[in-house]
Amino acid sequence: MVDILGGIVKALQLILSGDPTLYGILYRSLFFSGIAVILATLWGTPIAMILGLRDFRGKTIVKTFFSSLIGIPTVVLGLVLFLFFSKGGLLGSLGLLYTPAAIILGEAVLVTPILISIATSAIEAVDPEIMNLSKTLGASESQASIAVLKEALNGVLLSNIASFNRAIAELGVALLVGGNIAGLTDVLTTAISRYTARGELDLAIALGILLMAIVFGINMIVIAGRKARFLLTLGRSPQ
Amino acid sequence: MTITAELKGVTKIFENKTVLDDINLQIRQGETLALLGPNGSGKTTLLKILAFIENPSSGEVKFQGETVDFKNTEKMRMQSTLVFQRTILFSASVYNNIAYGLRVRKVPKNVCDEEVRNALKLVKLEGFEKRPARKLSGGEQQRVAIARALVLKTALLLLDEPTANLDPKNAAMLEEIIATINRKMKTTIVMATHNMFQAKTLPDRIALMTDGRITEVGTPTEIFGTLSKNLASFAAVDNTFNGTAKTTSAGTTLVDIGNGVQIEAAVQRQGMTSVFVNPQDIIISDSAVSSSARNVFKGRVVEIFDLGSLVKLRVDIGKPFTVQITKRSFNEMQLNLDRTVFLAFKASSVQVI
Repeated sequence: MVDILGGIVKALQLILSGDPTLYGILYRSLFFSGIAVILATLWGTPIAMILGLRDFRGKTIVKTFFSSLIGIPTVVLGLVLFLFFSKGGLLGSLGLLYTPAAIILGEAVLVTPILISIATSAIEAVDPEIMNLSKTLGASESQASIAVLKEALNGVLLSNIASFNRAIAELGVALLVGGNIAGLTDVLTTAISRYTARGELDLAIALGILLMAIVFGINMIVIAGRKARFLLTLGRSPQ
Repeated sequence: MTITAELKGVTKIFENKTVLDDINLQIRQGETLALLGPNGSGKTTLLKILAFIENPSSGEVKFQGETVDFKNTEKMRMQSTLVFQRTILFSASVYNNIAYGLRVRKVPKNVCDEEVRNALKLVKLEGFEKRPARKLSGGEQQRVAIARALVLKTALLLLDEPTANLDPKNAAMLEEIIATINRKMKTTIVMATHNMFQAKTLPDRIALMTDGRITEVGTPTEIFGTLSKNLASFAAVDNTFNGTAKTTSAGTTLVDIGNGVQIEAAVQRQGMTSVFVNPQDIIISDSAVSSSARNVFKGRVVEIFDLGSLVKLRVDIGKPFTVQITKRSFNEMQLNLDRTVFLAFKASSVQVI
């Protein structure tokens, strides 16, 4: 019989004692997911700006495409990326398979649809006259676009946070293109699966607690951030 | 006389609909020009073209002697700014709203602070710098929008129905501000309005607009003094009606505006005339209360417009009348569509044009 209570106690001891294996995995997870979200933001935000501000033929199709991809099973995407990164694959020559770079790229691709969809909705929700308002106050086309993005800042931040949540909690991509190599490419989710399979439940539980703490922590920050928004408005004004 | 802006044969077509039709208009430096016309007559589109944020479909626009190239309006936009009818504010502090255009113009911070302070003083919002702009009342928000345009000291200031959504107190304050700006800063102002009363007192000149055309241009005295052939088109303006006037034995005038509606006015007039009743001067009640009001009509609420702290009602008494009341009165009376109500206004509230 599995000693759950004993496992939890040991897990807490590991967390409190600052176990290097445990925290190594945690930092790797945070780092990979963080860089993945930054990458996705770099290419996703301009796409969201175009989708949110411009009208063009096929816009609905593009938006539907991205929102459908939000729910893509991570294992399927992991498999597709594995085929791309493996020898003989389109990107095989780069030798990225089973490296941190593969996980970061994979997770960036994974979260791109969610980032674009939320950011696009946020930009669309901005009063369309903000663009004209900025222009009539003298702004250039690009300055006016930035003004719109600023108005959508909350939604854009939310898109980043949702993306980070998705990246840090996913298993399929990290497992298939990262290879779950201990100390190199194992992250919270893949390590939990490994330690559980091996029967090292205290480590698995400790990692599970950390993962949940991150997910809850992020949501708390979002809620607190909404409350602090009023103060931020004041903070941005002169003394 | 210097011409600030000139439109020659300007036409604007939106999806097969002609919104502006062969507009020819000169805007003189230092003047206040009112575009007077009913909703949908093209006033806003004309203002947007003068702000260079809308392209004309054809025709020529000259601004400060130069022909405007609508493919490249960035430089021109620095010299003409529009205050929208619906107040639009950045989700930021009052200071950051007003300073936006100055920052775009790379004005140094200390100058910027000074300008914002002066502009806030002018619109009677001193010390409001740090307040979140969107938390202010409707009237205050509109004043922030005006201040944000004022600080730019553009050659042309465009105001789209600046008082349309304001209560009488804020509207009066804003009219005073507009007059001050024009007098003190010599700003050239073009404002759109469908408020006859405002058009009569505020501007130097009026351009009458109907169905995308300018039908007449002149001083208020010229426009209102002679019974213009185009005033007929103003039936679409709130509470403006044409009719035949008859002097009564009591020395007042009865104007028959059709459908059995006769309005009593406190001035003497005979023959064809137009009358206007300010929507704020009309009292609405559940029953025919006895009062000194010479005009009492029974009608039915046919439309309700929510304007924030105010509510605009369209009441059909045989002719459609617009009545403006506060949201509080509206709630207390529990008004709804199809309700039978009574309208009352004094003979002296009836302006005979």
